[in-house]
Amino acid sequence: MNMQAQPASAYFLDDRKQAIETHTLCIVVDNEPGVLARVIGLFSGRGYNIDSLTVSETEHEAHVSRITIVTSGTRNVIEQIRTQLDRMVPVHSVADLTVQGNAIERELALIKVAGKGEKRMEALRLADAFRARVIDATTESFVFELTGKTSKVDQFISLMQPLGLVEVSRTGIAAISRGPEGMKI
Amino acid sequence: MAGRSDEQMTGAEIILKALADQGVEHIFGYPGGAVLPIYDEIFQQDKVKHILVRHEQGATHAAEGYARSTGKPGVVLVTSGPGATNAVTGLTDALMDSIPLVCITGQVPTHLIGNDAFQECDTVGITRPCTKHNYLVKNVNDLARILHEAFYVATNGRPGPVVVDVPKDVQFAKGTYVGPSNIQHKTYRPKVKPDQNAVRAAIDMIAGAKRPIFYTGGGVINSGPAASKLLREFVKLTGFPVTSTLMGLGAFPASDKRWVGMLGMHGTYEANMAMHGCDVMINIGARFDDRITGRVDAFSPHSRKIHVDIDPSSVNKNVRVDLPVIGDCAHVLEDFIRVWKAKQNQVDKAALAQWWKQIDQWRAKDSLKYKPRKEVIMPQYAIERLYALTRGKDVYITTEVGQHQMWAAQFFKFEEPNRWMTSGGLGTMGYGLPATIGVQMAHPKSLVIDIAGDASVLMTMQEISTAVQYRLPVKIFILNNQYMGMVRQWQQLLHGNRLSESYSEALPDFVKLAEAYGAVGMRAEKPAELDGAIKAMIEVNWPVIFDCRVASLANCFPMIPSGKAHNEMLLGEDVPDEEIEKAIGAEGKVLV
Repeated sequence: MNMQAQPASAYFLDDRKQAIETHTLCIVVDNEPGVLARVIGLFSGRGYNIDSLTVSETEHEAHVSRITIVTSGTRNVIEQIRTQLDRMVPVHSVADLTVQGNAIERELALIKVAGKGEKRMEALRLADAFRARVIDATTESFVFELTGKTSKVDQFISLMQPLGLVEVSRTGIAAISRGPEGMKI
Repeated sequence: MAGRSDEQMTGAEIILKALADQGVEHIFGYPGGAVLPIYDEIFQQDKVKHILVRHEQGATHAAEGYARSTGKPGVVLVTSGPGATNAVTGLTDALMDSIPLVCITGQVPTHLIGNDAFQECDTVGITRPCTKHNYLVKNVNDLARILHEAFYVATNGRPGPVVVDVPKDVQFAKGTYVGPSNIQHKTYRPKVKPDQNAVRAAIDMIAGAKRPIFYTGGGVINSGPAASKLLREFVKLTGFPVTSTLMGLGAFPASDKRWVGMLGMHGTYEANMAMHGCDVMINIGARFDDRITGRVDAFSPHSRKIHVDIDPSSVNKNVRVDLPVIGDCAHVLEDFIRVWKAKQNQVDKAALAQWWKQIDQWRAKDSLKYKPRKEVIMPQYAIERLYALTRGKDVYITTEVGQHQMWAAQFFKFEEPNRWMTSGGLGTMGYGLPATIGVQMAHPKSLVIDIAGDASVLMTMQEISTAVQYRLPVKIFILNNQYMGMVRQWQQLLHGNRLSESYSEALPDFVKLAEAYGAVGMRAEKPAELDGAIKAMIEVNWPVIFDCRVASLANCFPMIPSGKAHNEMLLGEDVPDEEIEKAIGAEGKVLV
């Protein structure tokens, strides 16, 4: 029945053969009710990953919000995510900052550390080295505010671990491209 | 009328005015507590005709049939809670098949939202993933804008369903009406005109083709009648073979010699082999669905692929393509033709002749052939006769889902777009009967037939009552094999012929059932009486349920078994059962 030989597999979309990449996407949306649920629902419904998510209204008068999502997947999946986001009705625009390259990514963390004596002093010294600010203090605790790359925040938190780390709150990544051009909306 | 911005009216009045201003003539719905103000308004006007269905799912499918057969959006009105949840199947169906619907749902009053009130559900939450977009209207002054936006979103770009959830207090509240001409959507502006570089690249690729094929889909139908016309023109210019998906049937005439039949899992041998062997594939408005591609790693391995689609997310989703052309089919085809003519392109005649010779050899296999039987009606024969006896008439066909649907697609030949209404993406059993109601409402004088299966049709059987109420002479032509035929076929293929729960035990007497509803019941049991019965059915100007008793164990062939490639089709009658059982490997068994 087969009139031709078994073909070579020219178009293999098998994701297992592709490397997993991490990309940062910026999504500018109309800040209408449910818009975040819509974006998140796309990720959960289609089985995409969210590694980090940050959202806030950026232009109050125009009711425009900016969502920054760090996601991981194969190149095909990331491209699918971008186009799926782009076709959503309340989405103004989507930019893949990782593809554009060289974007700035920052995170803010609030870190509570409790302890006395030498440990307390060591925490303060490290905070100083990391340029973390003390924004609350008691005789047995600090709350540090730290801004920086995710790797820096991670490193600081791991250093605080043996020094009495109590609690961490992180914003997730906010990102922006370098240079004079803004993102088209 | 549009544009008077000083008009104060209630939310319910705004809804009816917005519908009238959008040119809506028919809405399909079912009343309930949370939409009573709207129904009160419906009662007091005569611009918009309301069709009372028997179940909200029926309303959505009727609206889909209406939309698919007219090109206009279908409109649905249902109440809160169960009204909305019952509509979910139809909304999902419309999303999968890109059918423009606007569905207005009632909601409990704003102050009760979140209180688990009677007949409350989170409608926008539930319908978010199954609509193109949805809205909860909290302020009556937003209502008119949102409704007009809903029509814009439903019909522009890739069409789809839009839900507008209106709390009851918003229906009573007074607010300002704005007309449709004052609305401009803030964010949603789909691209319809293609990039001209892509068009030129596509034409160069097409001109250089030696073994080309057009693979067309529902996008050509959705784009409107102009797209079908342009497709025919372009095919004529090139002389290339044309195949189509289930959703695209009718965009290209089945009587044309360049038509090679439907492709995919139950497509013709020649269509699938041509897809497999082509060197240039021109996909126009289709989305490389898994029913089409079979095993993707072996899908058309030697071809360069052009993909025309209005939705950029369809590109490279299932199959890598070489050249995406983003835009509306009609616009793209228009540009294709213009550039083709401007370049005075000529096809490679010798290569094309050779290609056609090859296709004709595949055609000669006659992959749709089946063994006719004297004593029982073969289902394929029933559709062949139905087609023959309705030829030349103004016919619209809907289907349910299953074997009968595939046989209808194989044996009923369509010459025009918008004549074929079927649930392709979601595969909703129970689609066809309510869909006929929408189609017949839009085309009162036409012959509207649901080619149904005995199991599917019972899922929405109550809508025959709607057909009787509105004197809609729809014909429900049931291929009754007393099985969920496709389930049984797959059980035979995959599960050692253990027919778990696929036998339709305790089927109703369809003739008596028709009579109980006030419809006309008919039956045919032998091939010899089929023609007469079909003719009689056509003559009746009243809803008919036709119980066509067919061979119970017929299988739908040809078939690409799960997990196999286009060139590994099973052809019909010469396949012994053992080969069928071996055809699907362990990997294929886990696929649907």
